Amino acid sequence: MRGGEAIIESLKNMGVKTIFGYPGGQTIPFYDMLYDADIDHILVRHEQCAAHAADGYARASGRVGVCLATSGPGATNLVTGIGTAFMDSSPIVAITGQVPTHLIGNDAFQEADIIGITMPIVKHSFQPKDPDLIPSMIKTSFEIASTGRPGPVLIDVPKEVQEGELTKFDDTLIETPGYNPTIKGNIRQVKKARDLIKEAKRPLILAGAGVIISNACCELKKLAKTINAPVMTSLLGKGAIDETDDLALGMLGMHGRKVSNDYINESDLLIAIGVRFSDRTTGRLDSFVPETKVIHIDIDPAEIGKNVDVDLPIVGDARNILSSLNKVLDGYNPSAEVNDWADMIKAKKIELRPRVSYDDVPLKPQTVIKEISEALSPESILTTDVGQNQMWAAHFFDTQKPRKFISSGGLGTMGFGFPAAIGAKIACPDDPVVSINGDGGFLMVCQELATVREYDLPVIAVVLENRTLGMVYQWQSLLYNERHSQTLLGNSPDFVKLAESFGVSAERITKPGETKDALAKAIKDNEPVLLDVVIDSEEALPMLPPGAGINEMIGEYKLEKDVI
Amino acid sequence: MTLKYHIISTLVEDKPGVLQKVAGMFNRRGFNIDSITVGNSEVEGLSRMVITVHADEKGLEQVMKQLNKLIDVIKIKDITKKAVKRELCLVKVNIPNAKARAEIMQYSNIFRAHILDVTEETLMVELTGDKEKINAFISLLEGYGIKRIARTGLTAMSRGV
Repeated sequence: MRGGEAIIESLKNMGVKTIFGYPGGQTIPFYDMLYDADIDHILVRHEQCAAHAADGYARASGRVGVCLATSGPGATNLVTGIGTAFMDSSPIVAITGQVPTHLIGNDAFQEADIIGITMPIVKHSFQPKDPDLIPSMIKTSFEIASTGRPGPVLIDVPKEVQEGELTKFDDTLIETPGYNPTIKGNIRQVKKARDLIKEAKRPLILAGAGVIISNACCELKKLAKTINAPVMTSLLGKGAIDETDDLALGMLGMHGRKVSNDYINESDLLIAIGVRFSDRTTGRLDSFVPETKVIHIDIDPAEIGKNVDVDLPIVGDARNILSSLNKVLDGYNPSAEVNDWADMIKAKKIELRPRVSYDDVPLKPQTVIKEISEALSPESILTTDVGQNQMWAAHFFDTQKPRKFISSGGLGTMGFGFPAAIGAKIACPDDPVVSINGDGGFLMVCQELATVREYDLPVIAVVLENRTLGMVYQWQSLLYNERHSQTLLGNSPDFVKLAESFGVSAERITKPGETKDALAKAIKDNEPVLLDVVIDSEEALPMLPPGAGINEMIGEYKLEKDVI
Repeated sequence: MTLKYHIISTLVEDKPGVLQKVAGMFNRRGFNIDSITVGNSEVEGLSRMVITVHADEKGLEQVMKQLNKLIDVIKIKDITKKAVKRELCLVKVNIPNAKARAEIMQYSNIFRAHILDVTEETLMVELTGDKEKINAFISLLEGYGIKRIARTGLTAMSRGV
């Protein structure tokens, strides 16, 4: 068995059925061996999209996503995708070709020190210098990527190592004495949490991606119901709780739901689970829950106290901790005060429901999201790009299940949504997959229309076309005297013709009602489709200006109840 | 936010790139490493790194936690309070005249420094000690004209068992 075959064998042993990649000079040996292998390979049209697709696969399935690129520019094109996965704790394994060992350091053709380049944005990296090391390194990469706080692992394989014969196939895990993630929460801390909960009169829960990653959504729901605490989420926490539930308030933060932003500081206890208190979630730190006691549950001890001072930390896996917390809360009945608080918040949620009903032309994005939401089943996966399209989706779309809302949170990578949808579709072929994009971000990755066509992947791309780089445009409108510097995209391309040139059917949508119908038809047809939805370029989201506190939103927050 | 001086002793895997990872982590989190020394430890395959850094309490806690997350870092400890500290310094100093030569040799004696090399115009002196002692010695020699200084940076170990 040769090195490349050992990579394929090891991947198969790890349960991998599909990898996302793009060949090049230093991976020709690997691709030659792949030719005969029974593992699927999706040829993306840009390496960055291979990483995003692997990431989307991982987020939709909870399993490790795998991407592959050649040395040098292939590897550096993965960097944005690896960084995206790192910031959002997504388990991917990135395999890169490298120039032959004897050429490393000589500035050989297509040589890049990808291990060095990616050092701050990977959980770990390996470079096998001997084909015998490949099985162990791949197995250990999967172990590291998927356990503890998940993250990307890079394996950089020199060309001659791909070609070299193994003396034996030994996939014993490499010893990593410096890697011991804490899974089980300290029971004394859990009991202290119970005591704080019993003392609290106005408890709130803030759920983040950690809840989804650790598959703790049932435990979260049980906790919320037991203690009758309303639940808000971070952007990536969407889906941790069914957002149609009375107790679910929606997203908190810079573009959060009004009810979340207005009432978080009224709480006397905040139970934060699997969140890292990003600046986009908290606003200015000294006016974020200044009077509130904070319990912070997270698997990464470095997140405790990093941004928000915590009264009670519990380090460990969210599912483990929530289930022991639920156990020690057995028989607990919330006081009348707690129930009054929950009733008040529930009423506020209804009162402050954001307006989504409009019949305007050009279309209001709120209405488009509403129609998408009406056309999709709870099992459908929604990926977003980054910018206004993302915040509209996050704000106005009620996510009902975990792993059904996929978005680049930490790195905020434009061009993420569409390739991530490709990965999600591979992971969940039976679920409809829709990606919501802006016209700016979609154009960064529109070449992947070829991928969805060639593999007949029924991914639906919704392009919210406002001919601006909307989020920056909005900031310029609100904060920079309407000086719209470099944010007008002009009239090109024609997205319908663009899609059709790839053989993907497309439709331009301009009126209320059309999005819902077109989407329903696209789902029924089970074909790749692009919907070019022309929206109002002046529509802005209410926001926290930089440096503002969580309850200091600017911009008019329109309410559904005010619709006449 | 008051910055304090801290000595962090870490046990790390003796592998290529580990120094880069550790140093990179400090840099990325906004800390300037004052000194870093690396060498073999008592365990084969593991190196001990002694890092000195100025940081406030919260910053130090964060940097220690982030270091702990590096898979190549096995153990990490703040030994500031109990540390025995030593640094090695080589100094090449000019000898303007015979009187100067005698004086420098006398100072070296007092500081328990060793003369490593002698030419007609220069002396090379080796001195071991903590930072203050080395700084004091260097300032004594400054009047003669220092040609070159090479310092190892601080290494340290905690007192007791």
